[in-house]
Amino acid sequence: MAELEAVIGLEIHVQLATKTKMFCGCELSFGDEPNVHTCPVCLAHPGVLPVPNEQAILYALQIGLALECEIAPRSIFHRKNYFYPDSPKAYQISQYDIPICGPGRLGDVRIHRAHLEEDAAKTIHVGGSGRIHGSDASLVDFNRGGTPLVEIVTEPDLRDAAEAAEWARLLRETVRQLGVSDVNMEEGSLRVDANVSVRPAGSEELGTKTELKNMNSFRFLQRGIEAELARQRALVEAGGTVVQETLHFDPASGTLTPLRSKEEAHDYRYFPEPDLVPLAPTEEMLRKAREALPELPAARIARYENEKGLPQDLSVLLASNPTMAEFVEGAWQMMPTANPTAVANWATGDLIAALRKVGANEDFLDRPVSLEDFAVVVEMVDAKKISHSSGRIVLAILAAEGGDPEAIVEREGLAQISGDDGELAAIVEQAMADNADAVERIREGNNKAIGAIVGAVMRETKGRADGGEVNRLIQERLSS
Amino acid sequence: MKDLLELTALEAHEAMVAGDLGAEEYTAAWREATAGDELNAYLWRDEGGEASAIAVERDCVAPIAVKDIFCTEGVPTTAGSRILEGYRPPYTSTAVRKLIEAGAPILGKTNMDEFAMGSSNENSAYGPVLNPWDRERVPGGSSGGSAAVVAGGLAPWSIGTDTGGSIRQPAAFCGIVGLKPTYGAISRYGMIAFASSLDQCGPLTRTVSDAALLLGILQGKDPCDSTSLGLEGGIRLPDREDLAGLRFGVPAELARDAVDAGVREVFERTLAKIEELGGEIAEVSLPSAEHGISAYYVIAPAEASSNLARYDGVRYGMRVDGQGDLIDMYETTRSEGFGPEVKRRIMLGTYALSSGYYEAYYGQAQKVRTRIAEDFSGAFSGVDFVVTPTAPSVAFKLGEKTDDPLAMYLNDFFTVPMSLAGIPAISIPAGLAEPEGGGPQLPVGFQIAAPAFAEQRLLDAAYALEQGIGFDARPGGANG
Repeated sequence: MAELEAVIGLEIHVQLATKTKMFCGCELSFGDEPNVHTCPVCLAHPGVLPVPNEQAILYALQIGLALECEIAPRSIFHRKNYFYPDSPKAYQISQYDIPICGPGRLGDVRIHRAHLEEDAAKTIHVGGSGRIHGSDASLVDFNRGGTPLVEIVTEPDLRDAAEAAEWARLLRETVRQLGVSDVNMEEGSLRVDANVSVRPAGSEELGTKTELKNMNSFRFLQRGIEAELARQRALVEAGGTVVQETLHFDPASGTLTPLRSKEEAHDYRYFPEPDLVPLAPTEEMLRKAREALPELPAARIARYENEKGLPQDLSVLLASNPTMAEFVEGAWQMMPTANPTAVANWATGDLIAALRKVGANEDFLDRPVSLEDFAVVVEMVDAKKISHSSGRIVLAILAAEGGDPEAIVEREGLAQISGDDGELAAIVEQAMADNADAVERIREGNNKAIGAIVGAVMRETKGRADGGEVNRLIQERLSS
Repeated sequence: MKDLLELTALEAHEAMVAGDLGAEEYTAAWREATAGDELNAYLWRDEGGEASAIAVERDCVAPIAVKDIFCTEGVPTTAGSRILEGYRPPYTSTAVRKLIEAGAPILGKTNMDEFAMGSSNENSAYGPVLNPWDRERVPGGSSGGSAAVVAGGLAPWSIGTDTGGSIRQPAAFCGIVGLKPTYGAISRYGMIAFASSLDQCGPLTRTVSDAALLLGILQGKDPCDSTSLGLEGGIRLPDREDLAGLRFGVPAELARDAVDAGVREVFERTLAKIEELGGEIAEVSLPSAEHGISAYYVIAPAEASSNLARYDGVRYGMRVDGQGDLIDMYETTRSEGFGPEVKRRIMLGTYALSSGYYEAYYGQAQKVRTRIAEDFSGAFSGVDFVVTPTAPSVAFKLGEKTDDPLAMYLNDFFTVPMSLAGIPAISIPAGLAEPEGGGPQLPVGFQIAAPAFAEQRLLDAAYALEQGIGFDARPGGANG
């Protein structure tokens, strides 16, 4: 049998961080007392009508533009009818055949569509199985009901679980940087479902898919998909067939269980929402949405790799932290001749470590070390005025108590000891004398033994010596 | 001055503005009159001015009766249904708010067919309304209570809603004026939905001038109703005295055979009156109009099946706890809360929207609807108005058609096409006719339809015709 290839598509629900709900004026909130953010409209009293939230439309346009989607000149809201206590109208206002955002792309994955809809209320079923059927009571919190959502649907372009999780991270970062959502998976402002199937490698046809729900972290997303792929592969290899069903991921056990068919056997009876007119974004709205777009992670990664020669992991790290990236770009401007990768490493490694130690905000939003001071430290190291480890010490002092970097070097006696003034040479010679056995082993061809001598020099100089310089001085003396 | 209750709403308004009539005295006289309701026309009477608590300082607009489909904060609003028994809305509909702000005290809430589904008022959960001309006959529906109070001396004027004829047909049966404005002229916010793409609020009055005055108060774009547009330039009182230069189209497809002889005679006489007043009668073609009823009885129930899904016993109104879980409570509540006609339409509509049937029913009906709208556009390129009898018969007897829903539906034959096309149409009393099978003479309505948003021209022409006809017959009165 041909090897089985995984085919994965994702459906992502993004809660928009608007001030108010999608179709009424109720405030959005998370974690408030139940049912305080409600009104006749979101409780579906008789006679109420929905009024679309303009900010939500703008946010949806921003998402669409960021995903390079075709924006529909005129899209339609539909009613998706179903009986469930999380939907007080017994229908959800969503988009069906004409969504606001058509085909697009993010990275290597094609976007099928993205549409606007409203979130359901939160329900808890008490007693029985914890599901609605057979429960003793059902509790509803309408605070969340009516929150604006954008549902993004990808094409089935992903080929393994890790790739799916990685792409989902890129999507989250992209949406986060748009500033249109909190994208918090644990709080449910970002929800990722996966459609998973397998097929013989090389086949163009799609196998029967299952839909995976409730994976509320990227780790669970990956684990859920992995588990389902293993199940489907085993099933197909044993000659069985995959049944289309919805599977619920249980984070505690890491297993997937099918939802009862009765709960998913829906005929949603979609029809155009007669209470709303077609959604036709004006030129003005599109212009506003375009102007609000920042440089997005995918573009940033490409720019850092191509123009700055940064390695991929460093590019991705910077692209996912725009505040840090902005800092690094500022440093590059101040030090045009410095190696961009070295500068970025200083910022993302040593500076972050120094900031963390003093409890400063590690996403750089609250940084006590100025760009100017950072540049002075990096340049002193570059010019060999101080050693790399002294540079770390200066950054730590700057982070903890501030001050002038050059004065700190002076005060702490961190100025690099060079080989030319004789002081370092004397220390090296002393170290060689103290470690005669190491010297002997080097002479026997064991070059690693030089570490013991360098270590002794560094201890003696309290790190003020340059490692390369120390090495050179040892080699000189060995060969003389 | 005439007897207070004999004044038209416009006369009373002018007298109050001039200071010749005290608003308090006038309203008190009407409140006293409402107490004599023997027609079952009021479901709730506002004896203490409860519904008008936010009235302006000086009431100067005649008090008004409101169909029980308009949500009014704190006062019972049932839409004629058991399922909303005891419901007191937490908010007020835009139409009622506008009335109260204009200074019109609310007299009470009028009886109606359950959720506006019916043409005889026999579908009210609170018993039928009696026709003031003959208490053995129906007042028409669904705004039967609103028509009966005006004809029966229980209110100077009222508002109702028209989905397929629910203002015009009861106005015709009760010998008063009923206007269905252009879809979107008046806000639907707070008007309990039956079929959202068709429902429209409108006046039921003694005279065309009263209808103009009331429409002027009610019309307007409402931020709470995305589908509302209002009437540009507002509405002024009509004063046209002749019909010179105006062309009135009679549909060639008008099934004159399906119209009772007495109604036909009044209709022909009215056409002659139009010519006498200088108007011209022409034949127009509305080839798709004959499919109006079929399309209407797919579209309206489809929308109703979705609109009425929210009545589940959870948040307001009646709740009947079942034997088991929440789903059981839904089913028991809805089984006991809805009447047979409502259930029939929910089932019809659910079926029409079901997957596999959507195109054949809902999709097809929408195409017919488009054709009918095109028929009217074509007709209006040659004539100013299209005229028909409002209903094929005069008021029929209570119980006469309750066993035959189809015969009942055919009552809407002349009114449904205008609803589907979204255009304004008015019914004015044109004379009296003997019912088929004999009996005392009963009023006959004459329907005039105009292009969308041409309400002013429609009212001007209707006024001239009203003056020419000089209809002055009155029923014996609610107590007579």
